[in-house]
Amino acid sequence: MSAHSTQHGTHQGAEFDSDHGSNHIVPVRVYVAVFLTLIVMTWVTAFVSTVDLGRLNVFVALSIAIFKASLVILFFMHVKYGTRLTKMIVLAGLYWLILLLFIAMADLWTRTWMGVPGR
Amino acid sequence: MITAPPPVHVKKNYLNEKTGLKSWLLTSDHKRIAILYLIVVTGFFALGGIFAGLIRLELATPAGDLFESNQYNKIFTMHGIIMVFFFLIPSIPAILGNFLIPMMIGAKDLAFPRINLLSWYIYMLGGVFTLYVLFTGGVDTGWTFYTPFSSSYSNGYVVAAGLGIFINGFSAILTGLNFIVTIHRMRAPGLTWFRLPLFVWAHYATSAIQILGTPVIAVTLFLLVLERGLHIGFFDPAYGGDPVLFQHLFWFYSHPAVYIMILPSMGVISEVISTFSSKKPFGYTFIAFSSVAIAVFGFLVWGHHLFVAGQSIYAGLVFSVLSYVVAIPSAIKVFNWAATMYKGQIRMETPMLYAIGFIGLFTVGGLTGVVLASLGMDVHLTDTYFVIAHFHYVMVGGALLGYLSGLHFWWPKMFGKMYSDVWSKVSAVLVFAGFNLTFGPQFLLGYMGMPRRYHVYPPEFQVFNVLSSAGASVLGLGLLLPAVYLTWSLKYGEDAPPNPWGATGLEWQTQSPPISENFEVTPVVTHEAYDYSTVQEVVHIG
Amino acid sequence: MASQVVPHEHEVTTLKHHFANDEQQKDASTIGMWVFLVTEIMFFGGLFLAYFAYRQAYPAAFASASNKTNLWLGAANTTVLICSSLTMAMAVHSASVGKRKLLVAFLVLTLMLGGIFLGVKAYEYHDKWVHHEVPGYHFDCEGCDDAGHAPLFFSLYFGMTGLHATHMLVGFVILVILIFQSAKGKYTAKWYTPIEMFGLYWHFVDIVWIFLFPLLYLIDRSKTGLK
Repeated sequence: MSAHSTQHGTHQGAEFDSDHGSNHIVPVRVYVAVFLTLIVMTWVTAFVSTVDLGRLNVFVALSIAIFKASLVILFFMHVKYGTRLTKMIVLAGLYWLILLLFIAMADLWTRTWMGVPGR
Repeated sequence: MITAPPPVHVKKNYLNEKTGLKSWLLTSDHKRIAILYLIVVTGFFALGGIFAGLIRLELATPAGDLFESNQYNKIFTMHGIIMVFFFLIPSIPAILGNFLIPMMIGAKDLAFPRINLLSWYIYMLGGVFTLYVLFTGGVDTGWTFYTPFSSSYSNGYVVAAGLGIFINGFSAILTGLNFIVTIHRMRAPGLTWFRLPLFVWAHYATSAIQILGTPVIAVTLFLLVLERGLHIGFFDPAYGGDPVLFQHLFWFYSHPAVYIMILPSMGVISEVISTFSSKKPFGYTFIAFSSVAIAVFGFLVWGHHLFVAGQSIYAGLVFSVLSYVVAIPSAIKVFNWAATMYKGQIRMETPMLYAIGFIGLFTVGGLTGVVLASLGMDVHLTDTYFVIAHFHYVMVGGALLGYLSGLHFWWPKMFGKMYSDVWSKVSAVLVFAGFNLTFGPQFLLGYMGMPRRYHVYPPEFQVFNVLSSAGASVLGLGLLLPAVYLTWSLKYGEDAPPNPWGATGLEWQTQSPPISENFEVTPVVTHEAYDYSTVQEVVHIG
Repeated sequence: MASQVVPHEHEVTTLKHHFANDEQQKDASTIGMWVFLVTEIMFFGGLFLAYFAYRQAYPAAFASASNKTNLWLGAANTTVLICSSLTMAMAVHSASVGKRKLLVAFLVLTLMLGGIFLGVKAYEYHDKWVHHEVPGYHFDCEGCDDAGHAPLFFSLYFGMTGLHATHMLVGFVILVILIFQSAKGKYTAKWYTPIEMFGLYWHFVDIVWIFLFPLLYLIDRSKTGLK
């Protein structure tokens, strides 16, 4: 199967830029390495939660989760070997999620900043 | 007047190639799906219009003499739900977008034709739920479903209404998904991004909003239904819930939703203004990027619906500033359209009349939006008729006029028939005049303090209310006429040539109506967009 | 019009008529699936917002309510789901190199692991029911701080894990179909797009759980330790 579409002939989609072939086969050892990392980090996050780090606990937990999710996205879901467009779509999704969470929480965090009656 | 000679027999096209109900209900042809949408969307528009008529009828007098409060609440709620979710959001994308986008990019169909059909069926299913609500007694929460009224106290059919909208949302999501993939991957050879018609750019931006925003209202309604059914307490203060959280979740989608409604219209206007000025759009790149900017910035301003809801003052300040910023890309478009017309060869055909009307009315709507974006002003104007006038100027004066402009512009392409010049122009004038008479006075009413969602008001507001209701009759008549003359044209209209308006774009290089595969041979694009020097003039002069 | 797939007399082509070549079709499918997953991100996102909003408002209630969940079961279940992601990735790999039997085996393993996950969840749900931790049904959060707001945690617990489980159930149905089709030899090294697309979906469901586990099970475990 062809790896790249370099033809600019008379067919549709000839404008699309596949900078990576859609047929890159990830070696099994990569999958195993990612798998083992995910398992280890799962147990790490469980253990860390039993240590009192105050406000840092939630950040550590989320950071580990983000790291694990990144591994799944990049390797299991092949995004590392995918097209630029795929990467852009993933980033857009994550960015908009952050927007939703961050801006709405910003309201909740700042509600008590000003001592206005009723606010 | 140039007319095509009467055909000896009708040429093969997507309409007559296969006949029978099954060939329509199981079609995967994007053009047929667009027609399916046209039929049902028009039906819902008529229904929403009837509710509008009932509202204006009641409001002609200060007393609540036509309906009781509860009934009136249900009427404006149904008007809002139907118009927003079943007309404004799908109208241009599902009808004109579906029909034209593959043609404009030189493709045979959308990327996922069967998902396109599925979209239509999902829309129908959502419509069934909504009609069920309608016939069993309605819902009275307002289309905004604010909690805890909707979750705990309302006696209406909140769950069914919420489900209807939830389902309808998936129709929009699938359409947006289809458009994004199609525009990215199915363009003809030579059709780079900056050779795309602005209509396509507008739909790309719209689709991005649909993908990113609609799921949030889906989960919001899901939570609302859960709360209503199981009394969970997400949004009920009695359990520690926060009603403002509902509003955050609701408006995170519903504000960008208004850009879903207006961006496709703007895409239409770009095409129409350019064609009837015989001039390429001024500042093409700016218009293209402004569509994307509106999509991006549109997600940053939703808190302006929560200024008086209990949101923190700091959040309010930030949202206010951002709401001013989001007006800029829209303004850029307006300037560019005006500049396109400057020193162009203007032809006042019906689509152009609607487009010019759009520019004026959308500007008024947009500017009054900026007024509302000001925190201080909004405290006084929120929940008054000023807000209603504002959004009707952008939604009706803007989105609806854009839809009518597009419908009249591409009708000859879609059906191969020309419609009556006289009647379509009369309609356009009636719509413009009627609309202004209906909603102009409402700015004043709002400024004077008349609250929205009330069917009883102090007698000093009656004069403007009567003017508004009178305007609504004119508007209604103006909107009824196209139903007549457009339908009439299907049978009795003169045959349309491939390019009656002298427009550029790949869709005008095919026969009217097009063949099922759109093109005999996949086109290869070698010149920039809006190159009027290459257009063969078979211009329809009315 | 040039096309890379020229159907022979008896060969069924997997290339749809509106695409120019296999690569364009596959790429369109991949992008389409990712756009769908973005909608899923935003869908779950709303629930995550509700979670963060109420955790921030009622930290004591959330902490003690969270401690009522079984950390070991949660961690074990997370492990099971990660294993199922591995087997799913291996299934896609097997398809890409044309190994039909391995493909079927890995799909079946994925199904079984997913089944274990749901089984454990069912046990946990039952356990909560028995201990009066289901909001609205004789709710009583024993020994919980700020117990008046504990129902919010449990509502989110059931809502989020329930939505997640629903996604897994939908995945099951599709997985069963894929297993049968794979066994019949429908997928070859040349065309295995549905397997790959389903893999994306399955991994996404795994990612949601990767976030749910710490957020629901691991709030402030320093008091109770590894119980």
